[in-house]
Amino acid sequence: MSRIAGSSRDVALLGLRRQWVPILSTLAASLLNLSPYVATWPIVPDFAYIVLLAWRLLRPEMWQAHVALPLGFFNDLVAGLPVGQSMALWTLTFLILDIVDSRVGWRDYWMDWFFAAAAMLFYTAGGWYVAGEMGSALPFVVLLPQLILSIFAYPLVARFVVALDRWRLSR
Amino acid sequence: MAKPSTRRPGFSRRAQYGLFLSYVLAVGGVLFAGLLLVIAIVDPTGFNALKGAALDVTSPVTSAGRSVTRFFGGLKDSIGNYVQAGSQNAELKRRLQASRRKLIEAQAIGLENKRLKDLLKLTGATDDPVAVTRIVGSSFASVRRLATLSAGASAGVRPGQPVRSADGLVGRVIETGRWASRVLLVGDGASNVPVRLVRDGTPAIASGHGDGTIDLKTLEVGRNPFRRGDVLVTSGVGGVYPPDIPVAVVVRIEGDRTVARPLADPSSVEYAVVLNVYQPLADLPLSEATENALRGAGQ
Repeated sequence: MSRIAGSSRDVALLGLRRQWVPILSTLAASLLNLSPYVATWPIVPDFAYIVLLAWRLLRPEMWQAHVALPLGFFNDLVAGLPVGQSMALWTLTFLILDIVDSRVGWRDYWMDWFFAAAAMLFYTAGGWYVAGEMGSALPFVVLLPQLILSIFAYPLVARFVVALDRWRLSR
Repeated sequence: MAKPSTRRPGFSRRAQYGLFLSYVLAVGGVLFAGLLLVIAIVDPTGFNALKGAALDVTSPVTSAGRSVTRFFGGLKDSIGNYVQAGSQNAELKRRLQASRRKLIEAQAIGLENKRLKDLLKLTGATDDPVAVTRIVGSSFASVRRLATLSAGASAGVRPGQPVRSADGLVGRVIETGRWASRVLLVGDGASNVPVRLVRDGTPAIASGHGDGTIDLKTLEVGRNPFRRGDVLVTSGVGGVYPPDIPVAVVVRIEGDRTVARPLADPSSVEYAVVLNVYQPLADLPLSEATENALRGAGQ
């Protein structure tokens, strides 16, 4: 495709790509929960949340806060979480990041990582609290390996999301 | 990165209302999701239809991939076995001899046990399995330890039924779809299994610890009756799990805390057997169960 869109059809296609790549990539990350791996110990990071965070931190203006609701609902169903857990936690994350954005003028890479780490701590603690309410009271220490892995997975996922973003906006 | 400009959408009334509406939607959505969560906590089977449908749609994907993982997992074992074939052969022959002797003893004990039970007119539920199926996946990114089975309501699987493998107890069914169901593994924090020590019959409760181990809580105070290597089997107390299914082996003792490892490792289990609830009365709400029992006593 040339750099200048040749027809209105091309323009529509590019528009669709621009809109749907972030959503589809987040849904695909949710589908990672279907991988045929049986874990007896919570260690694998929740990639859907990390992808969501990476998109939100990279393009704050792209999604409004309510977009997280349907995405979270899908994640709840696919990952077998109690319905409402990801819906509530993901949307709350977006709302909190909106407040953060209105307070913090400039964000650089390290601050993005810091906010991502804080968000993951919030998300893990939220999941831990809900599990506790559902009768599965665990010491929080059990979740620390997963939390640490998630924090270190963020830069990798962010790179991947940046590459996707470049392709999304390319002509 | 600079502060996004669209948070303050200028003087356009339409854009301002749009942004406001988005926040109303988001906050309303959070409250709604919170409500759904409360419902899920109060009545865990409430969304069974919805979650079961999602399970049905997604489990074939997991199921197809599982054979690939199993192939690669098995490959490692086969290479190891090939290298150690000679020494392993001798070792296995020796063990076979020993277990053959034990087996004859066990048969004799089984026979005697049956005779004594007949004398006492003890009855238990039938031990016919409901379904023989495979474990195809798990919720590995969440706090809960849940696994997915490739059999559901159409095969007779119902929430509450115990699941075992050849090695031991796997867990208990909590959600069912038509062709798939979800199992609460014994390692989950919400799982409590009444067990007893094989060595001397000491009763205990095996509760999951969430990290692949099981905590053993004994009913005695002061003395820790467990030793490293002790095997625990279900006791049948509570009426859900049939008695004498191996559950766990003690791996460490830390003061009052006893850490055990489940004998059935869900990541390598080939087949899982869904069993009937041992005493169906135990699965009913208390009032109903009492009523039934009273009716039984009246007759």
